[in-house]
Order: sequence, then structure tokens, then C-alpha cells
Amino acid sequence: MLDMTPATVAERSALKINPAKTCQPVGAVYAALGVHGCLPHSHGSQGCCAYHRSHLTRHFKEPVMASTSSFTEGSSVFGGMANLTQAFGTIFEMYNPDIVAVHTTCLSEVIGDDIPTIISKGREEGKIPEGKVVVHCNTPSFVGSHVTGFSAMVKGFVKYLSENTGTRSTAINILPGWVEPSDMTEIKRLVAAFGLPSIMLPDTSSVLDAPATGEHAFFPKGGTTLPELKAMGDAKATLSLGTWASLDAATLLETKCGVPFQDLDLPIGLAATDRFIQSLQALAGVEVPTQIEDERGRLVDVISDMHQYLSGRKVAIYGDPDHVIALTEFCRDMDMLPVHVLTGSVGNAFETRIKDILADSVPEANVKAQGDLYLLHQWIKNDPVDLLLGTTYGKFISRAEDIPLVRVGWPILDRVGHSYFPTVGYLGSLRLAVEIISAIQERQDRDAPDHAFELVL
Amino acid sequence: MSEREPHTGPSPEAFREEIVKSYSGKVAKKRAKHILVNDPEVPAEIEANVRTIPGIISQRGCCYAGCKGVVMGPIKDMVHIVHGPIGCSYYAWLSRRNQAATGDGVANFIHYAFSTDMQEEDIVFGGEKKLAQACREAYAAFQPTAIGLYATCPVGLIGDDVHAVARQMSEELGINVFGFSCEGYKGVSQSAGHHIANNGLFKNVVGLDDTPVDHPFSINLLGEYNIGGDAFEIERILDLCGIHLVATFSGNVKYGDIASSHNAKLNVVMCHRSINYMAEMMEKKFGIPWFKVNFIGADSTAKSLRKIAEYFGDAELTARVEAVIADELAKVAAVRADVASRLSGKTAMLFVGGSRAHHYQDLFNEVGMTSVAAGYEFAHRDDYEGRRVLPSIKVDADSRNIEELHIGPDDTRFTPRRTPEEIETAEKKGFAWRDYDGMMAQMKKGTLVIDDISHFEMEKLIAVYKPDIFCSGVKDKYVVEKMGVPCKQLHSYDYGGPYAGFIGASNFYQEIDRMIGKRITRLITPPWKQQTA
Repeated sequence: MLDMTPATVAERSALKINPAKTCQPVGAVYAALGVHGCLPHSHGSQGCCAYHRSHLTRHFKEPVMASTSSFTEGSSVFGGMANLTQAFGTIFEMYNPDIVAVHTTCLSEVIGDDIPTIISKGREEGKIPEGKVVVHCNTPSFVGSHVTGFSAMVKGFVKYLSENTGTRSTAINILPGWVEPSDMTEIKRLVAAFGLPSIMLPDTSSVLDAPATGEHAFFPKGGTTLPELKAMGDAKATLSLGTWASLDAATLLETKCGVPFQDLDLPIGLAATDRFIQSLQALAGVEVPTQIEDERGRLVDVISDMHQYLSGRKVAIYGDPDHVIALTEFCRDMDMLPVHVLTGSVGNAFETRIKDILADSVPEANVKAQGDLYLLHQWIKNDPVDLLLGTTYGKFISRAEDIPLVRVGWPILDRVGHSYFPTVGYLGSLRLAVEIISAIQERQDRDAPDHAFELVL
Repeated sequence: MSEREPHTGPSPEAFREEIVKSYSGKVAKKRAKHILVNDPEVPAEIEANVRTIPGIISQRGCCYAGCKGVVMGPIKDMVHIVHGPIGCSYYAWLSRRNQAATGDGVANFIHYAFSTDMQEEDIVFGGEKKLAQACREAYAAFQPTAIGLYATCPVGLIGDDVHAVARQMSEELGINVFGFSCEGYKGVSQSAGHHIANNGLFKNVVGLDDTPVDHPFSINLLGEYNIGGDAFEIERILDLCGIHLVATFSGNVKYGDIASSHNAKLNVVMCHRSINYMAEMMEKKFGIPWFKVNFIGADSTAKSLRKIAEYFGDAELTARVEAVIADELAKVAAVRADVASRLSGKTAMLFVGGSRAHHYQDLFNEVGMTSVAAGYEFAHRDDYEGRRVLPSIKVDADSRNIEELHIGPDDTRFTPRRTPEEIETAEKKGFAWRDYDGMMAQMKKGTLVIDDISHFEMEKLIAVYKPDIFCSGVKDKYVVEKMGVPCKQLHSYDYGGPYAGFIGASNFYQEIDRMIGKRITRLITPPWKQQTA
């Protein structure tokens, strides 16, 4: 497995090998799926849409609906206006969504298609019926990563739809970041426990975890609704979870609608969840509910009881910046040693943040933004670890180097559960801690000689 | 052909009319030509290989997917560098399940993805230098035998010349570097990419190694991509028969095998859609005859093996092939009979690819099931109606832009394996060369044939006819399952397989039996919602 990878790290300036990111549009699709009655639309070649639908489907094992402008060589020469206006006609006639969320691709960006102009034309020509909404965002594939694509689409919804009517509501906006439907459900539970009315954007719960009923709902029952999208502009505050995925939309809600925001990490792990809970407490002006305090206590209890299996274990963490930051802090707080920390996405801020988190525990850690899994593998060859923490793509390194892998982040293509059981909040963090502990204990059991094969661990 | 009406429910004619009526104006007019009620005796003309209407939710992918993803990607010891933004390489990384054997001392890059990860400055200032540097970095790290360069959508628009970079790098690195202009927007589906890949392989690899193949029964297997280990099973069977496989295009194959593939005595074609160009070109240039085979289905495998033996006309080979068939079919028979006892009379629908929607009907037939509706995602008219319609296929603007190589006999290496007289004599005896009768001739009268099926049509088809199983790809899989109908993925095999050959046939019968018999399907409705009888 991965036999061609040499241990010696050579400088590369042009070749990415085994990427730790993909391009922007898939993030725009995922975000748009979290809006009720919304059909994501890919303005580009058919292949983009096919790839994004396929990959999201592999992760969720759920239907993923999206349409495409089906560019041909002709559209690439003459521009995609005719394709997109025709697509509007077809989409509203055949699928009748409330909202179409258009995102661009490298192709339509290089051509220079101006989406707002095409939307206006679609309205003029009657291709977009009265009362139907079309929004867009620009997601050229040669900028950012799938995470910034997600961010751009969330921001696009705010830009087009959120309104400040002049009357502040008591609701808060939650931008949950690129997390699972299960995480969104859990975040909403925590917010509700403080008695806070809230609007979540996007909200893929009851969309990408739909029950089997014998029927397929083209537009599942979940998702942020159109009235909610509008009302976000009147909210009293926004909690932005995950800087990379959520901050842009939070900032726009402030500049456009005057809604103040807090820039928080994804609430994965003890400290990040503590900060999230403290924010909720401040906004609600109430005590932290006992039930939540108990959940926290249970997480602390398990980590403390199982500390011997965690302490000093070296871990390699890779994936999307928001996840990796939260996971690194969580591992540090369990006295694990994150010696290799990598994201495929861009951002010096990522490296600074990770180094800051690890300053007093693993100052010598390898940290890299815009890295790839080939480099991560080389790091591991030179400095082996006890555990891999990240997406399914790490399974090849896991096998090559015989290192256990705990799957977390996006995508997870070869296991189920992530969309049903959260990793956020104290409960979600407990689930994650248990998976980490179990992986280490499984390995200990596997490697133990008969005389040291323990009944009790 | 059975006279039995294959459908229960509304007549296929009524269904077709209802579907077409759901669309308005031009869309209705266009889709009407893609939807036919089949008559196997006189297959009607179907519209295929034309643009998908923008906004229609289609199964189709792009040209790049057909070129790098399907045909070139499986060549295991090449470094395939995708020149473009990261997504194109990322999504074509291990997602098609082309297995490749390791451990033979040959480089194996099947688990790797390579990309130039183009950034905005590369788009603005051009990416050729970065691509050249990527080649140097790949060579420095791996010293591969060959490097393929694949152009993606923006590359064509900004004018980066992958072929120029390839020439420059071949010279600089001293290895074979060659490029493919397979930008995603070309053609109307993956199909254009297959053609471009065939052309590139033919121009740049086939014929490079003239070392004679010293075997009386040497063949190439064209259009077999080793999804789920299919090619391994075919290799096993050919080996038992004493037939020597020079190269598979392109499952579990090495670059060097393809370089010497022109030394084989015969080409057999599995996936007609993706590789027929190669068979044609190799026949014209090197004199290698070809015919269609199908290793999907136990009986189809036996039939294909017999045809190969007949081609070589060697008594010893024929005897050996017959012995293998007898032995293998005996092993399959018990499983087949057991499964057929439960599945006989059940119905299947197949909407996938460019050959699988046809090939897999053989497996369903073998357990007594009927394929009541089928269609391809990206095939052409000849795959539906048979190669006899080739001269009458109109070449439209989208296809005209895909290069058609004009091949003549090689000056020194054109050695017809069969003389024109031998070809003709065999033909008179009923031996079909360069043949493919297409899907429609094999499907029952009154079945539905739908090209480039839309999501809307698929849902309607399932809702109206409730097939016992639906075969498609991952994008449709969970829609169909949500409707309470099992969906077998025929691209990825639902991460199972092999389904080719004899072992594969048994695997498939059992898999379909499992899926149709799933207890959980009967437990979808909660007891409190069940109507009391």
C-alpha cells in the first residue's frame, strides 16, 4: 500500500499528490441542501455536478439532488447565458423548487459569465416564475477549497435574502459551519436548552438523514426556510461556528443587517464546547442548565478515567481547518500529542492558530496549510504516530503504516454513523473520545502477547 | 422472443405518452426521441449521444471523466497528472474501483492522485510552466515509465497546450510523456473522453514494443476496467483455458502491456462503447481482427470462450475450453437453480453506462428475470440498434469536434491475422466479425428503452411499474432505495464483485437474491400504520 511514497521529503512547488481538499463548488452544493425547498445548480460542465452529487451521496448514503447547466464546447465559446436561462425554465417546470441556488465553476468563471445579469434575464423571459427565488455565489475551483465554497454559498443566502426590517427579534442566528446533520440537531438542542429561539443556516438535519418511508421526497422536510432566511437580518446576534466556513456570512450579517456576531470554533472537544456554552449563557442571560453541566461532567469523567490510554499518544490530525483546529485543541486537552497537523485548505491563520494551541505541549509539531496527504504520510514515516484522526482518505496511510484511524470530518465514505451521531457538544465529544480510546485499546489488545492480554482495561 | 407482456401496469405506449406530455414544447419533442417501446425484430431509431437539456437532472458526467476516469486511470504504473483545479483529480481518485494487482515488482500508482492544483495566478498567467514543473517533480520522486497529462475545462479556455508540455518533458526526462485534450465541456458526456483516450493511447503507446509475443493463442481484452476484480476473474478463466492475455484495456494493466498489445493475434471487445475505436484502429494498422464478447453472465462467458476457441481453430484449445466451461458451469449451476427458484418471473430495470445496461440483462435472464426497461447513460445509436446503423448515424457539431484518426496499414507491421478470404469464409459459416447487435435486439417486445434517462423519468418509471430491482449508479441509488425498491449500483457494484465470468455470475445471482429478499424492505411501514386486513 502506497509503496511508491519515499520517506525523504522533497520540495514541491507544482505537484499535489493525494490532496487533502477538493474544489469550491461541492461546498456550495452542501450548503444549499441545507435550505428548504432549494435546488443547488451548478453552472458549468455536467461532470462537476455529477462528481459533487456522487461524492456527497457516498458520504451521506442519501439522495443528493442538484442540476447543471450542461455546458458544451459551444457554451464555452459563446458563454453560458443560454444554458442557464434554459436551465431555469426546465428546473421550475420539472422540479418546482422554492429557491434555486446557483454556484459557478472554473469554466463559467474563466468565461466570465455574470450570474446576476443572467438571473435578471431569466426573470424578464419568464423562465423564473413570480415568487420564486434565485440566489448565487461565485465558486471558481481555482480559488480556496470546498470549505470556502461552503462559506460563499452561506454568504450568498444572506446577501440575497436576509433583511433588517428595523425590529430586532429575540432570536439568534447559528451558522453551524460544515458539520453533519447530527451535529446541527445537537447544536439546536443545546441552544434550545438555554431557551433561545434560533435560526440555523444551513440546516441539513431532516434533509441528509431522511428516514426510509417507502417514498422519496425530492425536497425533504428539513432545511432553513425562506422566512427564516429573511428573519436572520433581524436577529439579535449571530454565533459563527468555524471561522473558515462561517465567518464571511456572519460578517455580512453584521455589515448588511447590523447583527453582531461572535467568531467561535466548532464546538468539538471540551474547551471549544465550553466557549460555545458560555456564549449561549451570555446571550440567554441564564444559568447553564444542569443537564448540560452533567454532560460536561461525564466527558471530563471519561477522559480522566481513561487518561492512561490517551496521555502521550502521538496523533496525526488532517482535514478541514475548522475541524482540525477543534480536534487539535481537544487532543491537547486529553494530553495527546498532535505531532503532525495538516489541512489542504489555504490560510496562514491556520498554521498560526495550531502553533498557538500546541505552543506549550508540542512546539515542534509539523503544521501545514495547503498540504497534501502524501506529505502527511512522509511526515509519519519519519516520525510515526499512534493514531490518525481525519477523513476516510487517511485509510491508505493507516494500512501502509499500520496505524489506527478514527474517522472524523468530511468526507467519510466507508463507514456510517457520522450523520446520525454528533461529534459536537459534550455528548458528541464524548462519542469522539470513546472512539479514540477504543481505537487505542483495540490496538493494545491486538498487539498484546497472550500473557498480557487483559480482561479489564 | 416471448409474447408475454413484460410489464404489469399501464401499457408502455401509454407510459411513454404520459412522460412526454409532462414536458413542455421543445423539451417534450426532444425527450420523445429518446424514449421507445421496443420491437426486437425491427429496432426503431433512438436518439442518443446528443446534448442533455440544461436543467434536466441527468446521470451523465463529462469528457474528462471518460478519458482519465474511465480509460486511462486504470493503467497502474503510469503517473496520471491532471492539469486543472484540484477537484477533477480528487473526484477521479479511487472512486471507480479499478483494482490493480500489486506485488509484481511493478510500480503501482492506483492509490495516488496527481494534480497541478491550479490557482488563480495559473489561470491568469497560464499554467504550462507549472505543469512542466509538476512532471519534473513526479519524475524526481517516482521515475515512472510514462506520464499522462489531462486537460480540464479551464485549461482549454486559457490555451495551455498540454501536448507541447508533453513533448518538452519527454525530451527533458527521457520518458514517454503524452497529453490528452479531454476538457470536461467536450462532447456531450463521458463518451467523448473515451474516444479521446483511445486516440491518445493508440498514437502514443500502442505499437511501441515490437518484442514478439510467443504464444499461439494471444489476445487483448478491450473495454474491461477491472471494477471489483472483474478482470481478475476473466484472467483466471483465460489462464485455465490456455489463452494468453497480452493487454487488457485497461483494467489491471501495465503501460508495457499496452505498448506490445499490437503483437496479439486477436482483439476481443467487452465494452463496445468505450473502446470500439481502438479495435477498429488496431485492425486497420496491424491487421488484428476483433469481435464482441461478453463475460457478464455464465452462459455469455461460455459463449465468448467458445468463440475465441473457434477463432483459433485449434482442436486442443477447443477441448480445453470445453473442459473449463463444463467444470465451471457445473459449479455455477447449483447456485443458479437455487436463486432462480426465488427470482424467476421477477423484473429488473437497468439504466447505466454504455454497455452494462445491456450485458447485465444476461445475468438476470440466467435466473429467469425479465429486464422490462433499460437504457444507457452515454451510449450511441449503435449500442442500442446494432452496428448496422453506423453508416446512418448523423455526426453533429458536438461529435465533430472530437478527432477521428484516419488510420492506414502500418508500412512494416501490418500482418493480417486472417486473410480477407478466411474472414469471408468464416462469415459465411455464421462467424460474426466486428459485430455488435446492440441492446434492443435482445430485449423483449414491449419493453421500454430510454436513453439518457432523467431523474423525473426514473422516478415515474419506478412509481408506475415497481420493478423488483433497479440498476443504476450512486446518484440514483438512495432515491430508489427510499422508494422501497432495491438499487444495485452497476458502476461501483456497491463495493462488491467480481460479477464477471463464472465466479462473478454466482456472486451476482446471490447478490440480487439478497437484495430482493431483504427482510427490512418488508418492515418499512411501522406496525401502527399498517392497515388491518
